[in-house]
Parts: sequence; C-alpha cells; structure tokens
Amino acid sequence: MKVLVAVKRVIDYNVKVRVKPDNTGVDLANVKMAMNPFCEIAVEEAVRLKEKGVASEIVVVSIGPKASQEQIRTALALGADRGIHVETDEEVQSLEAAKLLKAVVEKEEPKLVILGKQSIDSDNNQTGQMLAALTGMGQGTFASEVVVEGDKVNVTREIDGGLMTVALNLPAVVTTDLRLNEPRYASLPNIMKAKKKPLDNMSPADLGVDIAPRLSTLKVEAPASRQAGVKVADVAELVDKLKNEAKVI
Amino acid sequence: MSILVIAEHDNSSLKQATLNVVAAAKAIGGDIDVLVAGENCGAVAEAAAKAEGVNKVLVADNAAYGHFLGENLGELVAEVGKGYSHILAAAGTVGKDFMPRVAALLDVAQVSDIMRVESEDTFVRPIYAGNAIATVKSSDSIKVVTVRPTAFDPVAGEGGSAAVEQLDVVKDAGLSQFVSEELAKSDRPDLASAGIVVSGGRGMQNGDNFKMLEQVADLMGAAVGASRAAVDAGFVPNDMQVGQTGKIVAPQLYIAVGISGAIQHLAGMSDSKVIVAINKDEEAPIFQVADYGLVADLFEAVPQLEEELKKVL
Repeated sequence: MKVLVAVKRVIDYNVKVRVKPDNTGVDLANVKMAMNPFCEIAVEEAVRLKEKGVASEIVVVSIGPKASQEQIRTALALGADRGIHVETDEEVQSLEAAKLLKAVVEKEEPKLVILGKQSIDSDNNQTGQMLAALTGMGQGTFASEVVVEGDKVNVTREIDGGLMTVALNLPAVVTTDLRLNEPRYASLPNIMKAKKKPLDNMSPADLGVDIAPRLSTLKVEAPASRQAGVKVADVAELVDKLKNEAKVI
Repeated sequence: MSILVIAEHDNSSLKQATLNVVAAAKAIGGDIDVLVAGENCGAVAEAAAKAEGVNKVLVADNAAYGHFLGENLGELVAEVGKGYSHILAAAGTVGKDFMPRVAALLDVAQVSDIMRVESEDTFVRPIYAGNAIATVKSSDSIKVVTVRPTAFDPVAGEGGSAAVEQLDVVKDAGLSQFVSEELAKSDRPDLASAGIVVSGGRGMQNGDNFKMLEQVADLMGAAVGASRAAVDAGFVPNDMQVGQTGKIVAPQLYIAVGISGAIQHLAGMSDSKVIVAINKDEEAPIFQVADYGLVADLFEAVPQLEEELKKVL
C-alpha cells in the first residue's frame, strides 16, 4: 500500500525564538531550519511500515519555499521513495495546506496519509483533521500506535487522561504524537542516495488551489517576561511563602 | 451575534473546561448556546443549563457521539453550528480532534488555542510554544475557535436556568469505530489541566527517585511532570514531558525539582502563575523565571518539603 507523508520546514526546535522589533513576526533570517519534530515521527512511522512489508511505497510531500526541498531530501534519506514539492513563497495556512494536500491525495491515491499532529511554529494542530474532513477520510489523531490490519488501521490515540484506540476504514489520515516512535538518523550513504531519488515540483496553481489566507496576523509580541523572584533560605520559608504570600497551597 | 459552545464532558459530568469556554464566549458577547453531544448524557445537559450566561442547551444524545469520535462530531457540529457567528470548544484532545473538521466542512479557518479575546473577530494566541504571542483577525463569516481553558476564569456553574432542547440530528460518518479506552487509573489530576504540577529533571538521577515527587504531589493533589532531559534519560515515560515538544501547562503552582531550565522546558511551563525552583546549581536558568528559588540538594529538600507540607495541609 502507498503511504503519503507530509512534512514541514520550521525553525529548529533548539533555536531561541526572537520576535522582530517591529512586531510583524518572528525573526527567521539566518536561523537554523529543520524538519518539524512531529513530521520526523511521521516519516519514521512510514519507514517502519515499509520495513514490516505493510507499505510498498512512501511518497513525501512538502509545501513551502524552495528550501523546503532540504526537508524532502531528509525524508528521502530516511527511507521515503520519492518527493513532491508544492512550491510557494506565500504564507500557507492550515485550511489551504489541507486543500493542497487533498489535491495531492487525489493524484496519488494513498491508503494512508501520515502527518505530524502540529508544527512547532504556528502550533495550530489542524491540517491533518482538515485534510481528513475534505477527503472524507477517518482520522487517528495524536497517535501513539498504528497497526494496519487488512482494510482497517487501528490507531491508539493519546487523549486527555489516557489512551483510546479507534479502528479506521482505509484510506485514513493519521497524525503523530511524541510517543509513536523515536526517529532514526539518516546515514551518510543514504543521504547520498537520496539526492538521486525523484522529486516532482509543482505550484498551488498547478493543483488548482487558491491559497489566499483567511486569517491575518495583526501583530506578534514577545510574551510578558517573568521577573526572577526571591531566593528562600530553606524549605520552611518556602512553604510559608507559598501558603501566606502566594496563597497557592 | 450568536455563539455555540461545544460542551466537554464524559457523558456523566460536565468538565470545568466548558465553563472556561463559556467565559471566553461571554468575552466575545452575544447569545450563548451550549451543545452537549454524547450518549446518555442527560445529566451533563442539566449541569450545562445551570451555567451562568447560557441561553439554551442543545442535546444530541446518540450512540454515534458516545465516544466523541471526531468524524461524527465534526459533521454534527458543522450542521448545528452553521447558523451561528462563532463556534467554540475547549482546546483539549476532543476539541482539537473534531474542531478542524468542522472548520474544513464549513470552509473556514480555525483559530486554535486562544488565550484572549480582543473583539468579535480578533483573538490572541500563543505560537512557537508560547515564545511569541500573535494577535490574529479572522475574515470568515463563522469563526471556529478553540480556547485554552486555563486562560479564562470559569463562569459560575450554578444559578443559570437555560432551556434544554433535544436535537434529533444523527450523524454517523461510518468512517471510524471505537475499540477501547485505557484511562490512567491514577488519582492524580491530568498534567495539562492540573492546578499544581510537580516536575523532576535530570537531577532526579533515576526513575525510582520520582516516588519522592509523587508523595509530595499527592499531598497537594498535584500532577507529576518531567523535563525532556529526564524523559530522554529514561527515568519516566514521554507522556510526562512538559515542554515545547511535550505538554504545555499553566497551573497555579509549578514546582521544578532538579530541572536546569532549558529553553524547551521553559516554553512549556512559563505561563504558570507561581513557579518554584529547587536546584543545587544557583546559576541554573530556571531561577530566572522562578518566583521562589531554593538553592539546595533536592534529596534533602524534597523530603523536608513533604514534612513541612504535612504540617500545613
């Protein structure tokens, strides 16, 4: 079965985020970029499904500027078979990303689409669910286990307070949570091989999708910074302050 | 304006997060209806009708909604919600699951995890795990919004007397089936919604030592969390991780024990009301965000903390 994985290029999670002085956004100039951590987990899951003989082909798709090809190549080095780059320099919001992915799904007809549950930049947690709704597929969100059995996939989901398992008809959409797997690192020979794997390039217009955003960002600010408080001498003083000053216990 | 709030519940009781979301709805202004979708959820509807500021409670009681499957809830809420100007739900795992489906079916954007209402179409929300705060304006006719419950003080859960109306809309998408559920049996509250969180870091040295934190947590009715360093070292499972790639928490009291305060951890807890840090390294960055810092060996301080708490609680 064919598996489609969507990956996003975002700021590296180790980089300290700085808001631009003019409050128009976050400063991304000369900042290290990487594959969104949840998307790495999505790629790893697809590769494991292929290693188990469940998946036959892994297609990786990314939407974004030319440099997003780096993340596609990373996924190819990790074991994906071919890439699709939907190239645009415009901001693509979740609904429009889902529409672009829907167009790719209609062309590729995968049995399973795996995405990260959210990207660590916009933190929306929407695209997978929107894609599932637009394509009429079931969804296994925040997955910690994915088991394909015949024409169904059982997905164990991380929910508030525990775990829940659902059975979805295939084709289906899965979004990954942290515990699903631990992504591997790409080996140097595989990085070299990935350079020769096929990568298709297309535009949102080629897919017939209008990507005009519905939400406008009026301003972006740094969060109210916390002031360092006081040092207490011992535990007794700490408990006294918590009870009588902060009144939180 | 008319606002539809989707109740969060477990079929037997209304979760407090619903009252926080109603508070967000009040901040927008307009008539507030609450939709209770579930199975045998009459008691929930009665509770919702008592909440302050609620105009009407709509009940969709059917097996299709019993396990809150996103496919079914998505279709139901898109159908019921299309006559409203706003659709709001708590940004818990249920709301996060079905609300984007609602938005997609209505062909509108969703505004996720809002922490403040600026006006009927403008909302403030965290991005980059709270390292930046964005003010966003929606141009859509229906605003689909998920609300961070901890950011809004709940409305009163008693005193209201809204009318309760049964809906006979049954939407079973037939795409998914519930198989099983395994809810943590711990009496401790859920990490993401706990009022007090006690977290341990690499300084805990091993998983067994987390028992010390659990004892302190149980005294206070707190949840137990961990830093990524503690998770990566294998001390505790990943679902306890607080941070940018783990759970984002904003309790009344956060106690960080043996946690240095890496950026990725601070991103997950710096919205807490009061932060306590216990660390033997007085240069640890965690002290820069802590309201109360104690420079001490945690293996001495934590047992002392347990004893002191026993005296006052």
